[in-house]
Amino acid sequence: MMEKIILGRYLPLNSVVHRMDPRAKLLFIFGFVFVVFLANNVLTYALLGVFTLFVIVLSNIKIQFLMTGLKPVIWLILFTFLLHVFFTKEGEVLAQLGFLSIYKGGVIKGAFISLRFLLLIFVTSLLTLTTPPISVTDGIESLFGPLKRVKVPVHELALMMSISLRFIPTLLDETDKIMKAQMARGADFTSGSLTSRIKAVIPLLIPLFVSAFKRAEELAVAMEARGYRGGEGRTKYRVLAWHGRDTAALLVLVALAAALFGLRS
Amino acid sequence: MKDSIISIDDVSFQYPDQTAFALQHVSLHVQRGEWLAIVGHNGSGKSTLAKMLNGLHYPKEGTVTISGLALSEENVWAIREKLGMVFQNPDNQFVGTTVQDDVAFGLENNGVEQKEMKERVQEALEKVGMTAFLNQEPHHLSGGQKQRVAIASVIALRPDIILLDEATSMLDPAGRDEVMNTIRSIKDEEGLTVISITHDLEEAAKADRVVVLNQGSVYTEGSPQAIFQLDQELLTLGLDVPFPVRMSQLLADEGLILSQRHFTEEELVKDVWTLNFKK
Repeated sequence: MMEKIILGRYLPLNSVVHRMDPRAKLLFIFGFVFVVFLANNVLTYALLGVFTLFVIVLSNIKIQFLMTGLKPVIWLILFTFLLHVFFTKEGEVLAQLGFLSIYKGGVIKGAFISLRFLLLIFVTSLLTLTTPPISVTDGIESLFGPLKRVKVPVHELALMMSISLRFIPTLLDETDKIMKAQMARGADFTSGSLTSRIKAVIPLLIPLFVSAFKRAEELAVAMEARGYRGGEGRTKYRVLAWHGRDTAALLVLVALAAALFGLRS
Repeated sequence: MKDSIISIDDVSFQYPDQTAFALQHVSLHVQRGEWLAIVGHNGSGKSTLAKMLNGLHYPKEGTVTISGLALSEENVWAIREKLGMVFQNPDNQFVGTTVQDDVAFGLENNGVEQKEMKERVQEALEKVGMTAFLNQEPHHLSGGQKQRVAIASVIALRPDIILLDEATSMLDPAGRDEVMNTIRSIKDEEGLTVISITHDLEEAAKADRVVVLNQGSVYTEGSPQAIFQLDQELLTLGLDVPFPVRMSQLLADEGLILSQRHFTEEELVKDVWTLNFKK
């Protein structure tokens, strides 16, 4: 089941991007989301496009692979493009289709916004593709660390995240097993009307929930037996190390923002 | 009983919402370096006893002393460092996302320095023969391998005692052997005390001493040989005599007296096929 989903998958390759500190990557992407909005003409979008390509090449991840990950969102991108093509009334008329007239401004705007979408998806999926989920969790825990002072349970949230990640395959396996067990008893998950299919899921969900709660309880006992007593006085096995390249990456982003600011119209 | 590492004296326990006692006046002493098996059918109180040794329950009456520490709310964390526990379900005790993270979990909890942690994780995984799986995720491991990781995470904490709470009951025979052999070699190497709680008498046969629990109290105790002699009595307690033991008894009934008692099929087979040579 997991194989089809590219979102949230990690590709263990060796590249500068893989070796970067997860905190730097998180900050970079957070910044990039805003920087993308600075672009507003051909020159700035071209610069952004070239920059994104450069990052993808650096990460050693094949563009074809990223493209397959686009499938679920391609319709959304197409839809926004068409929306702009048909409803933005700017510039000269390019074509007249009955009552619809297509303006030059609409096509340009549609293209820009689709491109913006595309770049954002590429860069954000690079985060999960180049960073193991546990490092993302560590990065988040470390970045949100200061919030502990205002009583936000950062450590607990991070632990919850990492335990959920660890149990995803276990629960998927279990779902598969329960599904087969119910099918052996004559359950039908694949045919019938929508309502009957939704109803068919109930005998799947109930055993799954029951067992998930049982697992949670046993896990809690096991954690306690191994000395877990909250985040206080706890050391960390995984230590994040901030290198020069991490600072450099953030400086590059600042430079990019400055360049876009200068070139935008 | 001078050198007992665990002393359980006249302990009774009752679950909050139940009237019956889960444990009644249990007294038990465990010697340092001993391998003790606690057997009993479901509901005999053996799991309750296991959880009590780790401070997951507190006795209602009586006292429990582990490595010189009396079980109490103040001592419980120190006791958990001395006594490590391996549970039944291999999946539900795997906390970390990878093998090394899981072994490190207990060390993190106890505030061990990062540099020392690395060494201890490596060392513990070497002892259970799982170093090749350092970055492996749990769903790529077999049940036996997961239990070996669980053992590694216990010994990384350098405990005095390791407690197996039905640790092999969800494994296939190969996984069971894998885990028991690991425990045996670690016990010999480290001079650990092992307590295995089980309803599998074949596992109990490997122990130095067996304690039989029934309805919350100690029914009898003795060497595995002595316990298996009880035969019919064990059956009434809901315990099954291991096949090789039963087999050699049946052979004895037929007039084929084998030289010794057998706890494993291998021993039995060896004795049967060499029987005629000895005549």
